[in-house]
Amino acid sequence: MKVNGTVERLKKDQTLYDYLTLKNFDLTKIAVECNGNIVPKADYKNVILKEEDTLEIVRFVGGG
Amino acid sequence: MNVIINGKEQKTTYQTAFQVRDSIGNPDDIVILNGFQINQDSPLAENDILSIIRKGVMPDEEELESMMMARHTPYVHQRIKKGKVAIAGLGGLGSNIAVMLARIGVGHLFLVDFDIVEPSNLNRQSYYVRHLGMPKTAALKEQLEEINPFITVETRVAKISEENVKELFEGYDVICEAFDKPDAKAMLVNTALEQLPYCKIVSGSGMAGYDSSNLIQTRRPMKQLYVCGDLENEAKVGRGLMAPRVQICAGHQANMILRLLLGQEEV
Repeated sequence: MKVNGTVERLKKDQTLYDYLTLKNFDLTKIAVECNGNIVPKADYKNVILKEEDTLEIVRFVGGG
Repeated sequence: MNVIINGKEQKTTYQTAFQVRDSIGNPDDIVILNGFQINQDSPLAENDILSIIRKGVMPDEEELESMMMARHTPYVHQRIKKGKVAIAGLGGLGSNIAVMLARIGVGHLFLVDFDIVEPSNLNRQSYYVRHLGMPKTAALKEQLEEINPFITVETRVAKISEENVKELFEGYDVICEAFDKPDAKAMLVNTALEQLPYCKIVSGSGMAGYDSSNLIQTRRPMKQLYVCGDLENEAKVGRGLMAPRVQICAGHQANMILRLLLGQEEV
């Protein structure tokens, strides 16, 4: 699986939600695209990640 | 030949820019030819855009607009005047971005914020002491009208949430995300990407403190999303927000918005 341009080894049967929480992402501060499509927050637990997927995870930090 | 002089297309028999200046003004008037102020005479060509500006004299309204836009690259002004940009959040990023977009003449700006101006805003946001206590929307609109009276500035005092993103921003070319709080940034970006697939979003993330200017960049992580900032330096206890880096980031966002209005999608 490709995440933000880097190839990562994917453990089997993982949802997007599992992946993001395992990597300690704060789910309230990110936007995630899977294969070029935005993933609605409500779908994080329904998306099963596959080897050929490309993820783009944008993390926002405070200040403006 | 046909030449546009101070915003009006006219036929002229004069062959050079300075001949036109001498015919209508004084030798010390400012001469701007096709976006560049010239100090040496230059021959004129068909469809050249020429502005002759007398210092200290208030021109009429039509002339004023053409003189204000005289430093633009030719024919850029007409395109950005058609642009519609919404700015969500009028703090350090949003207020400064709005000022820049007004200066270049973006034709329609929509300013949204729920807050009032308070003293701790003045270290980086485009407000003055006299604005303290005013809604940011009204304080900013007042400035923009003084900077460029030829654009439309719409305002809304509102807290932006998942429920009103679509209603507020549908029909805009670009949404500028200029919030302070990271969860609000993510909420707007997620909701707009889901519900407004034709809008481009230009967001800011990571501009606190006084780390190197050169860490601040414009990136395009998703097709409809641009993110400006260093992506790391969050505002927190011990690391405040300061005018220089906030304005560098605001400049990145404003320039990306300008590029998008001119059809340039690459960062």
